[in-house]
Amino acid sequence: MTELVDVILGGTFHAAVLFLVAAGLQLVFGVQKIVNLACGSFYALGAYFGITAVGIALKLGMPPVLFFPVLILAGLTIGLVGLPIERVLRTIYRRDESYQLLITFGFLLMFQDAFRYLWGATPRTMDNVYLAYGTAHILGVRVPTYNLLVIAASLAIAVALGLFLERTKTGRIVRATAENRDMAEGLGVNASKIFALVFTVGCMLGTVGGALVVPSGAASLDMAVDLVVESFAVVVIGGLGSMRGALVGALIVGLMRAAAISLMPELEMLSVYLVVVVVLIVRPAGLFGKATA
Amino acid sequence: MSNQSIDIASLAAVRRTLPQPNGLWVLLGLIAVMALLPLVASPYALLLMLPFIGYGIALLGFNLLFGTTGLLSFGHALFLGVGAYTAAALTSKFGILSFEVLLIAAALASGLVALVIGALCVRYTRIFFGMLTLAFGMLFHSFLFKFYNITGGDQGMRVLRPLLLGMEWRGGKTVFLTGPFYYYALLLFALLGVAMWRITQSPFGLHLRAIRENAGKAAYVGVQIFRMRLAAFVISAIYGGIGGTILAVTTGLADPELAYWTHSGNLVFMAVLGGSGTFSGPAIGALVFVVLQDFVMSITQYWRFVMGGVLVLLVVFVPQGLSGTIEALVSRRAGGR
Repeated sequence: MTELVDVILGGTFHAAVLFLVAAGLQLVFGVQKIVNLACGSFYALGAYFGITAVGIALKLGMPPVLFFPVLILAGLTIGLVGLPIERVLRTIYRRDESYQLLITFGFLLMFQDAFRYLWGATPRTMDNVYLAYGTAHILGVRVPTYNLLVIAASLAIAVALGLFLERTKTGRIVRATAENRDMAEGLGVNASKIFALVFTVGCMLGTVGGALVVPSGAASLDMAVDLVVESFAVVVIGGLGSMRGALVGALIVGLMRAAAISLMPELEMLSVYLVVVVVLIVRPAGLFGKATA
Repeated sequence: MSNQSIDIASLAAVRRTLPQPNGLWVLLGLIAVMALLPLVASPYALLLMLPFIGYGIALLGFNLLFGTTGLLSFGHALFLGVGAYTAAALTSKFGILSFEVLLIAAALASGLVALVIGALCVRYTRIFFGMLTLAFGMLFHSFLFKFYNITGGDQGMRVLRPLLLGMEWRGGKTVFLTGPFYYYALLLFALLGVAMWRITQSPFGLHLRAIRENAGKAAYVGVQIFRMRLAAFVISAIYGGIGGTILAVTTGLADPELAYWTHSGNLVFMAVLGGSGTFSGPAIGALVFVVLQDFVMSITQYWRFVMGGVLVLLVVFVPQGLSGTIEALVSRRAGGR
């Protein structure tokens, strides 16, 4: 029983972070039709920058209890790196998908070395603050309160994002642009601005996700390329372009991995890819995707 | 900006109506130059050419899928991995050293794997095909990585020096690789190049191009889309397996990184760098990639940054790749006369 709770809590924590990155991927794909391979780099960028930001804040005399808002703020700030990247992507929106995949692959390679240059090749950890909020007991399992905070934050972001897209005027414009860019432009929408906004928000989702995960682990050079595949798994399972799909897909992947790690560690990622393959064969468009091609 | 957004398909359509330099001769010319290379080049340069031959063969296959059929695989490194691990398993576990047997086994293994994976993948096109092949590639990678007892995990598996034509070759590793093995691999490259040329020029190749241009129309006139795509997938995998075998013998090691998705990304990089719209373009891309990477690595440890930057610039400014651009320049001059 405790083992099951352990798996569920661990899996949900991982899913919460995974959801943020996958949501960014979905948002960008939904509107710009670009599958962003660099989403993993944004995640790693958030993680590295989060460590640096908290380190500086602590040095300036911030009480450790405040590190959570500092992390979120750090993630949001560094997410602005999406703006210049979108400027480059702008040149290839109407090109074949293979070019779009390749250009984001190029960004991924560049980020990889930028991290190595700025933060070094050895994994970086954030010390002393992870347990600043203590631990909670849930059904006999000890879990860091911070993990629960991250799950709550991720849910809050999911709700906020949903409300933004469904209820606000800008959200409606974003959805209209996603549906038909030319038509939206014809009606007076500044699509370039919307694209820049969407890509930056997508980028921020990734950086915030990275910043939130780092206190519990380490920031390393591998995290970018590894996470790309995982968030790919999420969007494929959930359906390309669907926010609800990102949520459900993240939960499936997160729980699946946590279960595999506690039962048969060799199958950790294998199990995830197996789910992906099965979903693609049974429901090529994913669980919540629109049927295309 | 608008003239940069020409898609490959329409470009290819224009090109076919023009008299074009025969793609096969470009490739064979390149191979002939490489055959003379041992007379002048250092062993280091020759060792650098071996990965190029491996990648060149793999890319001939890759481009049958990407350039000819219009399917972008983002998991093609899987087949390089299959070829490399076949060679590793046969030489170091079963003591089978004949290179011919290794090649046949690698071709069979990757062909069989491709038959199964292809049957599942080729129903989809565009981004879904890319994602599905990526998922399969990573499935294989995590198998290689996690099943330590069978595959050696992250240590990989050693590949022993094979016998060429049943003969044992003396001398150090470099002497073997830059001597007999170099010529052997080069000859194989030429033979596989001719075979691929025949494939692309055959009615089968025409079917594949018809599928790329308009699958619905092709089906209407009687092209069996599923079978043709599957056949292309299997052939490209066989080329990948053979390329992987050459890479593995060159490094003496089969390791899981061969099947990692970023390696697949590099294959796509090479194809686009050289120009996937032409026959020999991807092989030229492989050459430029290998040489460029070696050069950049020799001047900075941040070579990924440079290569990534090259890729970004390439996609934005030279989408037809090197050979596509050269051809466009040549035909513009010819047209202006």
